[in-house]
Amino acid sequence: MLLNIKNLQAEIDEKQILKGLNLEINPGEVHAIMGPNGAGKSTLASVLAGKDNYEVTAGSVAFDGQDLLDLDPEERARKGLFLAFQYPVEIPGVSNKLFMQTAVNAVREEQGLPPLDMFDFDAYAKDKIELLEMRPDLLERSVNVGFSGGEKKRNDIFQMALLQPKLCILDETDSGLDIDALRLVANGINTLRSEERSFIVVTHYQRLLDYIKPDHVHVLYDGKVIKSGGFELVHELEENGYDEIVKQHQQA
Amino acid sequence: MANAEKSTELQAPETQYEEINDLLDKKNQHYKEGFFTSAQVETFDKGLNEAVVRAISAKKDEPEWMLDFRLKAFKHWETLEEPHWAKAEYAPLDYQDYSYYSAPTCGSCDSESGSESEVDPEVAKAFAELGVPILGENANIAVDAIFDSISVSTNKREDLSELGIIFCSFSEAVQDYPELVQKYMGTVVPYHDNYFAALNSAVASDGTFVYIPEGVRCPIDLSTYFRINEAKTGQFERTILVAEKGSYVSYLEGCSAPVRDTYQLHAAVVEVIVLDDAEVKYSTVQNWYPGDDEGKGGILNFVTKRGICEGKNSKLSWTQAETGSAITWKYPSCILKGDHSIGEFYSVALTNRSQQADTGTKMIHIGKNTRSTIISKGISAGHSDNTYRGLVKILPSAEGARNFTQCDSMLIGDQCGAHTFPYIEVENATAQVEHEATTSRIGEDQLFYCKQRGIREEDAISMIVNGFCKEVFSELPLEFAQEAEELLAISLEGSVG
Repeated sequence: MLLNIKNLQAEIDEKQILKGLNLEINPGEVHAIMGPNGAGKSTLASVLAGKDNYEVTAGSVAFDGQDLLDLDPEERARKGLFLAFQYPVEIPGVSNKLFMQTAVNAVREEQGLPPLDMFDFDAYAKDKIELLEMRPDLLERSVNVGFSGGEKKRNDIFQMALLQPKLCILDETDSGLDIDALRLVANGINTLRSEERSFIVVTHYQRLLDYIKPDHVHVLYDGKVIKSGGFELVHELEENGYDEIVKQHQQA
Repeated sequence: MANAEKSTELQAPETQYEEINDLLDKKNQHYKEGFFTSAQVETFDKGLNEAVVRAISAKKDEPEWMLDFRLKAFKHWETLEEPHWAKAEYAPLDYQDYSYYSAPTCGSCDSESGSESEVDPEVAKAFAELGVPILGENANIAVDAIFDSISVSTNKREDLSELGIIFCSFSEAVQDYPELVQKYMGTVVPYHDNYFAALNSAVASDGTFVYIPEGVRCPIDLSTYFRINEAKTGQFERTILVAEKGSYVSYLEGCSAPVRDTYQLHAAVVEVIVLDDAEVKYSTVQNWYPGDDEGKGGILNFVTKRGICEGKNSKLSWTQAETGSAITWKYPSCILKGDHSIGEFYSVALTNRSQQADTGTKMIHIGKNTRSTIISKGISAGHSDNTYRGLVKILPSAEGARNFTQCDSMLIGDQCGAHTFPYIEVENATAQVEHEATTSRIGEDQLFYCKQRGIREEDAISMIVNGFCKEVFSELPLEFAQEAEELLAISLEGSVG
């Protein structure tokens, strides 16, 4: 098992958001996490990535056999956990090239591999740019500066392709994208799917999932998974909305 | 005199970041230039009076006019009060507690200076350690190396003299080119200009003299490396740079000093004269010892740098990367007298620990259609204070003058301060003056984004800061730009929890 979340409870500013969440993910699986606003979807993504301002109050997370919660954010990243951000951050004056060469070499160091020099990195990055059909000047541009919303999200997917993580968490990557940008992002994700790589796709809407076709779908409500199922659950939600599932859960 | 050992040994780095990491890993060794050289020196007793001024002049066997200049300046200095208007707090200095002359006693201090083999081996070792090519081993640069009060070596002079370029120590210029020195000394920064300029004029120890003749484009960078070694010594160098009509030169200066627990005083004067159609690029990487975490020791960097664009279409660019000094008080300025002349100021000033920097520029527009650009990047970390103070003055004669100022501050942590004092005085209605200013904090979001990609916090900070400074670093000559980037990373050590 790649990821095993047991009874995870977490709070921010002394407000409890996650209230005993369980989730098991095997290598190669794609899990979608859906749910209404405020259910704790983005909190789950942030807690897994190790963002400071969240405090884990109970539960455990095993990632590839290790205690994930014991690791610093950069260690989690080096061990193969990747978060595609809802709002990718701009870093003026820092080229994508320097940024990603530093990141790739950090991960390689963790794996005991020698660092890629500028030329090796260029060649490596060019392949990924072609694979994802990104604009050729991407490496020369400052990280996310002057990028449209769609470009920022695609830049995150490009970073994912370079870092080759074991677990990719997509935090509402589809938010704010028009239909064309959404298709490009979805294609990028599908290109990166493999038997070893797992995904957690956090989303509000089914649109993205229609392209990605997840293996498992979970409905998150009030800090817990209240229903899990296969891809058919997406359509059930589409027809009945969250209310129906929430009502069933509350009656149970 | 104490013996001390050099504090770090550098290994050949495989990547730039690796070197920075190596340096960051060495606790309390962040100031790698902090070693002390034990060479034989002659140092004057502490104290400052007319006899000391005369003794300095006699030591250098100076002509009467130079002594007169010193005495005039000294008498004036005695009437002045130490200025404390800068945004920096320190107790008034005891000028009697410093020595005003210190020099290695062997090597090129005798009259045969300029021959490159005579430098005291210990001094030569110090410069080698600092990476300063005083023996002329780097083909792209000519170096004047100044150790405490005197210039110990100036290389490539013969090659340059074939082009008519004069590149020598200030002391030699006084002997060998008295007409030129008399013609220009004190014309841009008069001895009565300010307290520290007066002090410098009185006790000026050495410095660099550069003269580029008409129509000559200096083919290599000229540079001076300043090293303060002795404790309780002041360094008071005087640099004069003259670019005749249609000439060009790029001049660089670098600075460092050993780790000391008391303040060391550095009060320099730089005068630059740029004639018609000539261009001067003047770059500084200043890495004086900044003092320790509690603000003990460090260099007081009280410097007057000013240039005049005397001729039409002349251009003067100041580029500075300031990471050192306990207190910095420095405003490299341009007097834009010639019509269509251009002044530029590109500055990165980083303060950490308890450093205090008050720095900026003055652009004085006199000629028609004169243009100036100011790009200032201030970075404050630790408990430091970082102030930009700038003046843009458009005189009535400056028809069509333009200025663009961009002044950005970045804060790291929540114990530091960033301040901006822009003064704008416009006396001609046709002038255009633009001022942009921003203040930002290195965002938690930016840091988390970097960390989530596996990048260490130190590396992330240095990457973000270097990105912030990019516009300025791109103005520096290549090797200097890299040195500046590395210095920033080292200076930022421990700036975030």
